[in-house]
Amino acid sequence: MNEQNFHSNTGETRPLIDLRNVVKTYNSLAGSVTALQGVDLQVFPGEFLVVTGKSGSGKTTLVNILTGLDRSTSGEIWVDGAPLHRFSTEKAARLRGKTMGVVFQSFELLPTLTVMQNVMLPMDFVRRFSVREQRQRALQLLEQVDIAEHARKYPTALSGGQQQRLAIARAMANDPAILVADEPTGSLDSATATAVIDLFADLVRQGRTVFLVTHDKDVAKRGSRILTLADGEIIAAETREGSYA
Amino acid sequence: MLKLDLNQDTRKFDNGRQQEANGRLVHLREVVKTYQSSAGTFTALQGVDLQVESGAFVSIIGRSGSGKSTLINVITGIDRPTSGEVIVDHVQIHSLNEEQIAVWRGRSIGVIFQFFQLLPTLTSVENILLAMDYGGQYPRRERPERAMHLLELVGMADQAHRLPNSLSGGQQQCVAIARALANDPVLLTADEPTGNLDSKSAEMVFHLFENLAQAGKTILMVTHDNDLAARAQRTIKLADGRIVDEFTNR
Repeated sequence: MNEQNFHSNTGETRPLIDLRNVVKTYNSLAGSVTALQGVDLQVFPGEFLVVTGKSGSGKTTLVNILTGLDRSTSGEIWVDGAPLHRFSTEKAARLRGKTMGVVFQSFELLPTLTVMQNVMLPMDFVRRFSVREQRQRALQLLEQVDIAEHARKYPTALSGGQQQRLAIARAMANDPAILVADEPTGSLDSATATAVIDLFADLVRQGRTVFLVTHDKDVAKRGSRILTLADGEIIAAETREGSYA
Repeated sequence: MLKLDLNQDTRKFDNGRQQEANGRLVHLREVVKTYQSSAGTFTALQGVDLQVESGAFVSIIGRSGSGKSTLINVITGIDRPTSGEVIVDHVQIHSLNEEQIAVWRGRSIGVIFQFFQLLPTLTSVENILLAMDYGGQYPRRERPERAMHLLELVGMADQAHRLPNSLSGGQQQCVAIARALANDPVLLTADEPTGNLDSKSAEMVFHLFENLAQAGKTILMVTHDNDLAARAQRTIKLADGRIVDEFTNR
């Protein structure tokens, strides 16, 4: 689907996302908390990168900084060759809309729009497709995640697993280079969770790049590369060739 | 519609919709809602009759499972009644198809949820502009000014360009209220709008509803906080899908 060339002049594969020495400190009345203590991390095209760790280890902060939803205290965030850390909120939003699809734990669908309208919404922002293409594309995406028959319903009429499938379809609306998912199975029972992770694995097989954070070890082991985060630092890395296939 | 002590001149934001003085805005007749599940049939509403006058501030109380959310959802058209009639602002909601309902809702109703439901990837002002895109009530060039005006109205103008996750829960709900007002709806519905807030933020949010009610907005609010409920003009109590009690406050 994505026919961009991710190879630099040197012939090496360029990472889609490149985090360099990222630090995030929060100041509160109780003092300052360092959520990320100098994280270096690259996401390469075609991989299923999973970051796992306990709650409080910095996973969500990592997702928020990598998507530009939060700002790092120091360090650099390069997304598809662009310096996200230097961007204004507005410019970051445009880069995110173009390059990333984000999937959240609690789905974050708009309850007042139908399933179909929820998928078309991001296309309306980026305007890469004509209105007719938008409808066709939305239906294709709903078919891909297996909920096309529910296109005219509202999200509340769907089960949790179906709502997350819808959120994944929406995340793919503008054909992003990378899908970023924050605990996408955190609100689902285990059978439904497995089906949703199967869907991510399918998408990786079809050439998508997925960055996913989870505290769930069974989910984590489906990744092609697994990083473990503890106290804001990456403490372990493991590569599992073809484990998602 | 929002002529306010809260603010400067709002007339230019009035879309010219005329409401009948003390007209009946919401009318439910014999509304039944049953859900089918593998566990059998569940009746969430068992023949509800309800009338809400234009300009009223009505609270809906009852235990969880009593049908409060279902009642709100059939009024906003997010859910369909199994039988009975739902008429809002002279429109028979039960006879519209999904797409017609979405268009009608976008223009006529401002919906507020317990968990705010702001899009996390859009700033406060963008969340409001999005609702205006769907409502299509205001010319495109007027929208940014109106969005900022609404943020001022809810005290969130200085948070206009921030993302929801950098705001407190109370602030997010204020932005969600501004979004609900985007298309100058005839009715605001709120399902447990303070249910996810600490008591101080809850007070701030509820006070905002009181101001809107004073300015003439019609508000239907589900809450399980009886103290807050008693501050509305009228309270309806649901149990097992029926209205079992109803009182006028103050």
